[in-house]
Amino acid sequence: MGREPPSPPSPKGGRCKTFMTQTVLRLQGITKRFGALVANDAISLELQAGEVLALLGENGAGKSTLMSILFGHYTADEGRIEAFGQALPPGNPKAALAAGIGMVHQHFTLADNLSVLDNVMMGTEPLWQPFSRRSAARARLLEVSQRFGLPVQSEAKIGELSVGERQRVEILKALYRGARILILDEPTAVLTPQESEALFDTLAQMVAQGLSIIFISHKLGEVLRVSQRVAVLRGGKLVAQARAADTTQAELALWMVGHAVEKTARRPARSVGDAVCVLDHVRTTGSGHDRLDGVTLTLRAGEIVAIAGVSGNGQVALAELLSGTRRAVAGSVQLMGRALPPSPARLVPRGVARIPEDRHAVGVIGDLPVWENAVSERLRSPAFSRWTPLGLRWVRRAAARAYAARVEKAYDVRGAGLSSPARSLSGGNMQKLILGRALMAPESANGQRKPPRLIVAHQPTWGLDIGAVAYVQQQLIAARDAGAAVLVISDDLDEVLALGDRVAVMHGGHLGEPRPATAWTREAIGLAMAGTEPS
Amino acid sequence: MRLERRHRTSPLALVLAPVGAVAFTLVVSALLVLWAGAPVGRTYALLLQGGFGSVFAWSETLTRAIPLILTGLAATVAFKARLFNIGAEGQLYAGALAAIAVGGMHGGTGFALSPWLLFPLMMLAAAVAGALLLLGPALMKNRLGVDEVVTTLLINFIVLLAVSAMLDGPMKDPTAMGWPQSVALQGDLELGKLIPQTRVHTGLVWAVSLAVMVWAIFKYTVLGFDIRAVGANARGAAFAGVPVTRTVVMVALLSGALAGLAGAIEVAGRTSYVTLDMSPGYGYTGIVIAMLAGLHPLGVIAAGVFVAGVLVGADSMSRAVGVPTYIADVIVAASLIAVLVATLLTQYRVRRA
Repeated sequence: MGREPPSPPSPKGGRCKTFMTQTVLRLQGITKRFGALVANDAISLELQAGEVLALLGENGAGKSTLMSILFGHYTADEGRIEAFGQALPPGNPKAALAAGIGMVHQHFTLADNLSVLDNVMMGTEPLWQPFSRRSAARARLLEVSQRFGLPVQSEAKIGELSVGERQRVEILKALYRGARILILDEPTAVLTPQESEALFDTLAQMVAQGLSIIFISHKLGEVLRVSQRVAVLRGGKLVAQARAADTTQAELALWMVGHAVEKTARRPARSVGDAVCVLDHVRTTGSGHDRLDGVTLTLRAGEIVAIAGVSGNGQVALAELLSGTRRAVAGSVQLMGRALPPSPARLVPRGVARIPEDRHAVGVIGDLPVWENAVSERLRSPAFSRWTPLGLRWVRRAAARAYAARVEKAYDVRGAGLSSPARSLSGGNMQKLILGRALMAPESANGQRKPPRLIVAHQPTWGLDIGAVAYVQQQLIAARDAGAAVLVISDDLDEVLALGDRVAVMHGGHLGEPRPATAWTREAIGLAMAGTEPS
Repeated sequence: MRLERRHRTSPLALVLAPVGAVAFTLVVSALLVLWAGAPVGRTYALLLQGGFGSVFAWSETLTRAIPLILTGLAATVAFKARLFNIGAEGQLYAGALAAIAVGGMHGGTGFALSPWLLFPLMMLAAAVAGALLLLGPALMKNRLGVDEVVTTLLINFIVLLAVSAMLDGPMKDPTAMGWPQSVALQGDLELGKLIPQTRVHTGLVWAVSLAVMVWAIFKYTVLGFDIRAVGANARGAAFAGVPVTRTVVMVALLSGALAGLAGAIEVAGRTSYVTLDMSPGYGYTGIVIAMLAGLHPLGVIAAGVFVAGVLVGADSMSRAVGVPTYIADVIVAASLIAVLVATLLTQYRVRRA
């Protein structure tokens, strides 16, 4: 950092074109350690006025840590931050806000039962002020929303808005507080392709007005689409910076992963067999759109059906229904000609392999050791426990540990060993453990393994690094080729199109007709995700 | 200052946490000793001597440890499954009352059954009484989301009033000259002495055996897995096929039964009657013991003996240097807070902001 900083700009003057090359934010040598882990290793970055800087990296690359430091949630061990030429005091979110830094989190921080205006005003007025100055605030909100082309109804309740509209409120909230630097954390993760396009247009409008944006993502296409400059983080280090116009997706992927990556190649189903699982006009319990409302679907052996949709449209209900943790209130669910048993303990022995959406909160019990998590689904089977005269089932620890060791080996689960808590596994290794225990039935008395008949995978690669994504997808394809019926539910359109032999779209608790993956275009899926049935 | 989660907790820290907490507590309590005008060193030396300094001291400490180990186990089982049973005190009294109901000298003689039959019946009745008392709050929590801390705590007062009513009514001892105590237990139902000429009774064998039993359940049985899984992550447990409601019911029955047995064993081993002051808060002290033991069933034995020693030692220390015995309660209560902080620090580190 030997260069002289440019003359300090005035934060007020950001609107004119002459400020295009002015540095509004400067991170110098930011280092942050968590124990032995170096989350950020001497990262130096600059952000210019009127540009979109994309921050690209896999999960765990240090993007979130860096932004948490910038926003004052964490304190850096080394390094300093300057905003508009002024040093930013570390560990102080209020100072970051006052300096004009606004953050739009991936998971919204809005109160559903309050209006848009209430949410935007929240926290901006002093407690001892006797009356809330709503009309002035409304005028200001209107002014901000017009200036940046973000129309909202100020009196609408947040709970009535769509996800895209809620995100708009989050952005307005930051702008209302005078943000001149906006950090967007994975903003397209919750949007339909059409909503994402609208967001990109909005961002273009905002930078034209002199705002600066840090756009966090791991999707290469949209990074090139939206940003002027790309900074790539890997393993806590800033490994590359490039102008978006001068780079390619392949080059970015190489930087992000550190080695060349082959995408999972589509391999169509070879032979589709009999129906394994049949849902007939199923309705489930659940509130809002988080339920099934008359879903009909047939899953056949040797075929992957992939379900696309904006999250919160019934995917959770579908996954939980087939995982045995939610009940159907109407319609029928058949598994190999018999009613689907409504409990996980009875589903698993019938050959249902389940990969839940949230591996930390549902997939494993983090405080218990790896080996107990490996057998948790089958602990009640004679292979791993037996009745004692006292009426308690005694765990066959040796058999259980041996099985866990086989899963660990076969699925390459790397961690601190079978006795360490499952919480200590990285996301990818945790997912391999869940995948392994689901797909690998224990040997029966005659040494045979029963392969799974039905696989229910909900967001199976969410948050994994590219290497682990490819591994999980290949395992699902291999299980399909071995004759399993596979249901993949994913928010990631690329994954749906890469894995699905047939693809269907969920919206509002309804499931569209599954069609061959080749019959879909991205645009058609996007429209269906927004609720417009394809003609 | 802020807390950051540690990536791994060292086993040494887990052992040092309760030791450090107790040491910190003694330092804090020393201020109170000074305030009372007594020399700190001599006070603590007397406390230690009174609790552990002689065969008599040990015998008194072990006698006191018996109900504490049992209520400590009751808290351990429940807390392991995140069922916060604050009602061990009430369950203890319910167990004691049930023991007298079965084995008391009603009408001067009691039920004319062989002690070989009556003794197991008495223990069973006490366990069932304690278990049923916790079943309601556990089901209300599981089905309706009612906070079990509130319900179990309030039931303690109801039980105490019910005991009071029984001691002045149907179970009143006619020979006690108006003193509120129950009829006595039949003599041949009383527990034998473990060491002659002392008050240590075979209840100690019961307490230690039950601790080993709980430890084995935790470690070697599917029920133990279910209890630990439900406590650590109920959603994950349900996904893995653990019957969550049934597990909560089992935990409630087991925890309540242990506290109920504490009451019966106190009556059969020490008091022979139910009185309204037979438990100086054993149920609540059990929570401290469970936390000091890090919810480890075998650790409960050590923690129970330690707390009992402090309580017993405080009595003789008080007579010698005039520091009120309440110092023992302060030490026990402060050590709970200290051990909670120490446990937190094994999982989180403090960073300066």
